[in-house]
Amino acid sequence: MHPMTPAPYRVRSRRPDRADTVTLALRPVAGPCPPFLPGQFTMIYAPGVGEIAVSISGRARSGGYVQTIRAVGAVSGALCRTRPGDVVGVRGPYGTAWDLPSAEGLDVVVAAGGLGLAPLRPVIRELAAHGSRYGRISLIVGTRTPATLIYPGELARWRDRHGIDVQVTVDHPDLAWKGRVGLVTRLIDRIVFEPRRTFAFVCGPEVMMQASAAELVRRGVAAGRVMLSVERNMKCGVGRCGHCQLGPLLTCLDGPVLSYERAAGLLAVREL
Amino acid sequence: MNTVVTESLEPLIAELRSRGFTVVGPTTRDGAIRFAEISCSAQLPAGRGDEQRPGRYRLTERHDDLVFGFAASPDSAKRYTQPPRQPLLRMREGTVEEAEAQAPRIALLGVRACDLAAIAVQDRVFLGGRHPDPAYRKRREAMLLIAVNCAVPGGTCFCVSMGTGPKATTGFDLALTELSDPHRFLIETGSGRGAEIVTAISHRPATGDDVVAAEEVSRVAATRMGRQVDTDGIQERLAGAHDSPRWAEVASRCLACTNCTMVCPTCFCTTVEDATDFTGGVAERTEVWDSCFTLDFSEVGGSSVRGSGSARYRQWLTHKFSTWFDQFGMSGCVGCGRCITWCPTGIDVTEELGCIL
Repeated sequence: MHPMTPAPYRVRSRRPDRADTVTLALRPVAGPCPPFLPGQFTMIYAPGVGEIAVSISGRARSGGYVQTIRAVGAVSGALCRTRPGDVVGVRGPYGTAWDLPSAEGLDVVVAAGGLGLAPLRPVIRELAAHGSRYGRISLIVGTRTPATLIYPGELARWRDRHGIDVQVTVDHPDLAWKGRVGLVTRLIDRIVFEPRRTFAFVCGPEVMMQASAAELVRRGVAAGRVMLSVERNMKCGVGRCGHCQLGPLLTCLDGPVLSYERAAGLLAVREL
Repeated sequence: MNTVVTESLEPLIAELRSRGFTVVGPTTRDGAIRFAEISCSAQLPAGRGDEQRPGRYRLTERHDDLVFGFAASPDSAKRYTQPPRQPLLRMREGTVEEAEAQAPRIALLGVRACDLAAIAVQDRVFLGGRHPDPAYRKRREAMLLIAVNCAVPGGTCFCVSMGTGPKATTGFDLALTELSDPHRFLIETGSGRGAEIVTAISHRPATGDDVVAAEEVSRVAATRMGRQVDTDGIQERLAGAHDSPRWAEVASRCLACTNCTMVCPTCFCTTVEDATDFTGGVAERTEVWDSCFTLDFSEVGGSSVRGSGSARYRQWLTHKFSTWFDQFGMSGCVGCGRCITWCPTGIDVTEELGCIL
């Protein structure tokens, strides 16, 4: 089969999250869903509109992929408007995975900015399910406004039922907000971890990832133990379109998940 | 390697056509040498040459009977190995129909050594990775490559620097060297398919003199490169040149017109066009050539990673000569010089590399 040919997937369920964000469960029209690793993405095709890369946020009870999409452009908008029963095209999963095995036995810091919580969801679910394999587990989340916070119900469950230290901060509070205000990096002060025995998973806007990773490294976390998920323009997902280059890397094949050790120098070059 | 001589290309072209090949060779059109289907050797551009320098291309009269007396033309084999528009699929009523791969039996006559190297680069890109392209494979397998060893390099050629020419050494079915006094063609075979075709056409065995004359053509051509590049350590040197002030200087002359990437025989970047019929019920996707010089090439979330012209030029040049090695284990430049000739403002990669490194 041609690497650009998607398989038809049916929208099994559609859950509007907050504001402009929707979580879909997508299952192949025929046959099983290929296995995925946390951190990987698929290329989702809205027929006649276009195709975008979307990270996989988990496996649905129906057996399909859970994928959270924010309506920011024509394709993501069309995907957000799909209804259960609609058919879209899906290719993948593609890309590198969050290195969960290397985090075993260590304290774990998960830092999410905005929609960056979506690619981290399978990591957090794994940490929640097998908490005894890891040290202290902290999840810090920063978001623009209270209304753009995704998965609020799960955040509460992870805190209340799984003993994960979950902390949320917003850039712009509304009148009802009683939580913290400010950058997610400031939450690093408020969590407990032993820097030299810590593994970190960071996902969000690039400036947020750079600031968070730099702060963790400044506190003594090894750069090779801080993982980021880099976003570039992915047209193909299979290394043939050239769009997602980041210096020597083809982000779709060599990423999106990279260690900060590998990514720091590349992200530091303006307009690379 | 079996080597023979023929006085005319007429029997070769006739034999290829009788075997069902569409013979595509150099012709003159629009004031340039262009690839087109030919049915007889009289359509080849006898006595025509070219003048190439930064931002300039002119056909010239050679006043001899050479039919390959010119350098790289604006067309490369890329037009046939990776057509500019490729239908990918059609989706209707929830089903996906993959576009059937078109693989015409093309005999490409007059492929230069630099372009054979470029095809090897494309093979690596489209077949050498984790997601091989079966449509590309089908096209390549259906294609017959008849190389011509360059006798008259152009003013923007630098294949010697890139180690790709001027003599074709691998990757061809047949390789011709055009010889004068008397006018004749030395034919080397490079594949079983090539050997079969040679057996079927009238020829005589090559003499020692023929072979020496052909070697002399390539030897002299190698001394007549219009340009050169110092490739020693170029991958590392360029990777460390992000901050060169030259990027902004070259950007002041670069129009970001994408010409260099369109004529480049290795530039493989694509985008995809989407369309529907009037009802919206049938959707089609088409892969088309794209260029890293466009603003939306690096668009993420509404803005472009490489917003400035200097960043886009840096991306292109660094990819060709440095990061291509990281990604594909080989150089992305084969030294054909097309990007220099066809740059409307005459930007010369060899000059830019000299300034940056």
